[in-house]
Amino acid sequence: MDASKRSFLPIPHLAKREKMNIFAAMGIRVLAFVLGMLVCGIVASLLVKDISFNWKSMKSFYYCFYEGSFTTNRKLLAYIKDLAVLLCIGLALAPAFKMRFWNTGAEGQTLVGVLAAILVNFYLGGSGNPDIALGDLPLSLIMLVAAVLAGCIWAALPALFKARFNTNETLFTLMMNYVAKYLVSFSIVRFLTNANSSGSMKSLSSGRLPVLFTQMPSIDKPGTTFKIPQSLNDYLIVGCIVLIVTVFMFVYLKYTKHGYEISVVGESTRTAKYVGISVKKVIIRTMLVSGALCGLAGWLIAQVDKSVSTESSVHGQGFTAILVAWLARFNPIFMVATAGIVVFLNKGASRIATDYSISPSLPDVFIGIVLFFIIGSEFFVNYKLKFSFAGKAEEVSK
Amino acid sequence: MADNPAVALEFKNITKTFGHVVANNNVTLDVRKGEVLSILGENGCGKTTLMNMAAGIYFPDHGSILIDGHPVTIRSPKDAYEHKIGMIHQHFKLVDIFTAAENIVLGLNEEGKYNIANVNARVSEIASRYGFNIDPKAKIYDMSVSEKQTVEIIKVLYRGADILILDEPTAVLTLQEIKRLFEVLRHMAADGKSVVIITHKLNEVMEVSDRVAVMRKGEHIATVDTDKTTIQQLTDMMVGYKTDLNIHRSEPVSPRPRIEVKHLSLRDKEGNQVLSNVSFKANGGEILGIAGIAGSGQRELLETIAGILRPEKGEIIFHNPKKDRPVTFYHKTLRQIKKLARERCFHYPDGSTVTFAGKSNRQIRDEVRREQVLFNGDEIMDLRYKTPLEIRNLGVKLSFVPEDRLGMGLVGNMGISDNMMLRSYRKGMPVFLNLVKPKKLGQEIVDKLEVVTPSLRAPVRRLSGGNLQKVLVGREISSSPKVLMAAYPVRGLDINSSYLIYELLDEQKRTGTAVIFVGEDLDVLMELCDRIIVMNSGSITGTVDGRTVTKDKLGFLMTKQVKKKQA
Repeated sequence: MDASKRSFLPIPHLAKREKMNIFAAMGIRVLAFVLGMLVCGIVASLLVKDISFNWKSMKSFYYCFYEGSFTTNRKLLAYIKDLAVLLCIGLALAPAFKMRFWNTGAEGQTLVGVLAAILVNFYLGGSGNPDIALGDLPLSLIMLVAAVLAGCIWAALPALFKARFNTNETLFTLMMNYVAKYLVSFSIVRFLTNANSSGSMKSLSSGRLPVLFTQMPSIDKPGTTFKIPQSLNDYLIVGCIVLIVTVFMFVYLKYTKHGYEISVVGESTRTAKYVGISVKKVIIRTMLVSGALCGLAGWLIAQVDKSVSTESSVHGQGFTAILVAWLARFNPIFMVATAGIVVFLNKGASRIATDYSISPSLPDVFIGIVLFFIIGSEFFVNYKLKFSFAGKAEEVSK
Repeated sequence: MADNPAVALEFKNITKTFGHVVANNNVTLDVRKGEVLSILGENGCGKTTLMNMAAGIYFPDHGSILIDGHPVTIRSPKDAYEHKIGMIHQHFKLVDIFTAAENIVLGLNEEGKYNIANVNARVSEIASRYGFNIDPKAKIYDMSVSEKQTVEIIKVLYRGADILILDEPTAVLTLQEIKRLFEVLRHMAADGKSVVIITHKLNEVMEVSDRVAVMRKGEHIATVDTDKTTIQQLTDMMVGYKTDLNIHRSEPVSPRPRIEVKHLSLRDKEGNQVLSNVSFKANGGEILGIAGIAGSGQRELLETIAGILRPEKGEIIFHNPKKDRPVTFYHKTLRQIKKLARERCFHYPDGSTVTFAGKSNRQIRDEVRREQVLFNGDEIMDLRYKTPLEIRNLGVKLSFVPEDRLGMGLVGNMGISDNMMLRSYRKGMPVFLNLVKPKKLGQEIVDKLEVVTPSLRAPVRRLSGGNLQKVLVGREISSSPKVLMAAYPVRGLDINSSYLIYELLDEQKRTGTAVIFVGEDLDVLMELCDRIIVMNSGSITGTVDGRTVTKDKLGFLMTKQVKKKQA
């Protein structure tokens, strides 16, 4: 019988892990990141003329990645700003995802937030209507309210339909992105009349954030201080606001009654009904929170960009944020780390594109490779590969 | 025993682990030709895991499986069929819109499987050989559970299986259907086939099997001949020590009506009549049993009373035991109290009737606060169309242990303390959760009911069925309920946990709670309950005294049809 022959071969099979030590799990993820970067290096050496697979060349390749975010004061502040905006959208998604409401519409919710803020700035800040020119701070606050409201509306629509008619929220929110996008295109042409011929609009100058940060210890020249220009002051304020939002979201999800209801509804709507939680109410309320935070992110973008363009205002961060939220398992504190990695990769990749003057699509491949490794590593956190020696084992156990 | 020539299937030193859980530890067991072997053991003792390895669902970590004395490698259900092993799982895997014959040949790789007429004939041939009753052309969606099971068994026989493994085959069948199934199994054994039944029901073991293999905590304890053993001996082997199989039933103390259901009807989302014209009364200080075949509307009845499902018509009346107890502002507003006073519902401690005539609101409030205003009798409340939250807010202490522990009663991914909060999280400070009290309650339950858990924060889905149920029942009785409803509270529990649950229910009854107990084991119902109502297809077919009723009478009522009356 060939069965007896076969049974001496090791037979691989997968087994679920009970629960992994948190440090071991972290170790696997770090290892995955390192491996991913390593594979990037190999791929780069194969595809790019200027990079070869030797120590010196690889060193400059990886340094280039690092250079994208951390070498100068300006880059560091820009890194903080990008991290903050992405994190803010990720935080907006966290409660929705925790409720198992797959909100894929953060992009659109953020975009309408940007649009609302810019429209307010345009009409109340002196550009669109010379008669009204509010001061910086009140204008800024009205922009904030408008952006948050717009985000809420964009998120509330699919939530209402989900609660009332049980429509599929994934498709609904996804489609709302396109509505938002074309609404922006339309608004630029129709309302924001300082739009130039390329379809984007010129930056506005009113509604500045207050100057809170003027200097910081320099990282280019250690020991000296760096005088922060006003535009970079905005970046730091954005960072501070999102820091507050992170703490708020952590507390909201973990220590409040709302957060508890979100967890229960997400785990099982039947349990929610059993204890008398109104699932509809929780869905709508949570999506309002989610939309409000997306709107807030839109306001942050509007504050630092002071313009709105058809497609590139949010840079697809509404989708990237889904990844950020998932990787962190919807934990706001972990999200700081995942958003940090994603922004680091983005910045490093675009730096490589300029330094080696290659097309920007190749760095995107690098980002893809590293993320693939990080996401793939989750499998090894949850499962382990085992080999059985069925035939031999019998002898051993005797 | 090992050199018995008629051994069909042999497990040798089988070990299987899942993570840290050892499901099977060095199990050696043999199945003979032409016998019915019962694998007996409590839930989680590894009996299904062991058989799944013969059926190709799992692969052993160590050890080997021998068929007719030769070691074999079974890596998939297909391999199992090649070695003439067929398993009938607890949950049927049939395509609803196909006929019986189509399901039987589905996935089979042989010539002529599309010749349905031929297949029909062969199916009928197998059916008549063993005494099955089946129409090969009938669609699955038209079939009863027992017919579906028949299809699964024939499917296995059609593939030429000589070794049949049935996982808890009687769980979904009526008494009569079980009898017929056992007859068929005996026929098959007489025909030289080996039949393995996985079960935890002792009387069935005694009835049908030639030998019994007892398993406990992943280990094979012993295999004994059925005619040389007793139920008591088997139980002791299953549990590991001497057990007392008597359920304590205390005498009801002054039963008073507590919940009254009148002409209750319910339709499901598809418009099917799930409950029709159900009326009964549950008394405080009494255990009311609900018997019936699974799916006769027991679950829906309890869920309707609990406010989770919305009835079509009927009444649910709750008698709040308030006689001679003070009214409070906790669940009532001033306006409601004044209205009740006008209806002459209150009296003062000295016996005179409360009228509040000529009293200011302030004086009334003062009297209520000083607990001077007492109820004349039990308060009658209508619970119909109320949500679980509204019922709570009315001050009705109604606890419900649902059938679906993890899907409804508890949240699997939360720890014990977070699950304690489910009922009480709204209390306390605004906005923020009170994390201290649930933790304390959780610890109390863990200590009192001896729940085995790594910690209060470990997700409860990792707990065993018994521990899970202790957590759920513990939480539900922690609010000292006036009505306690429990749907299949001992399903899947080991013997010890089951008896603990019975004792807890009896304890609640002694404190005057109205206990409603939906059970499947008739012996338990007859030993535990004071009164039993029997349901069949959404109607009540009879109400009997738990102390005097016979099993045959219950079996008869469970299958009795109530004439559909359009009301």
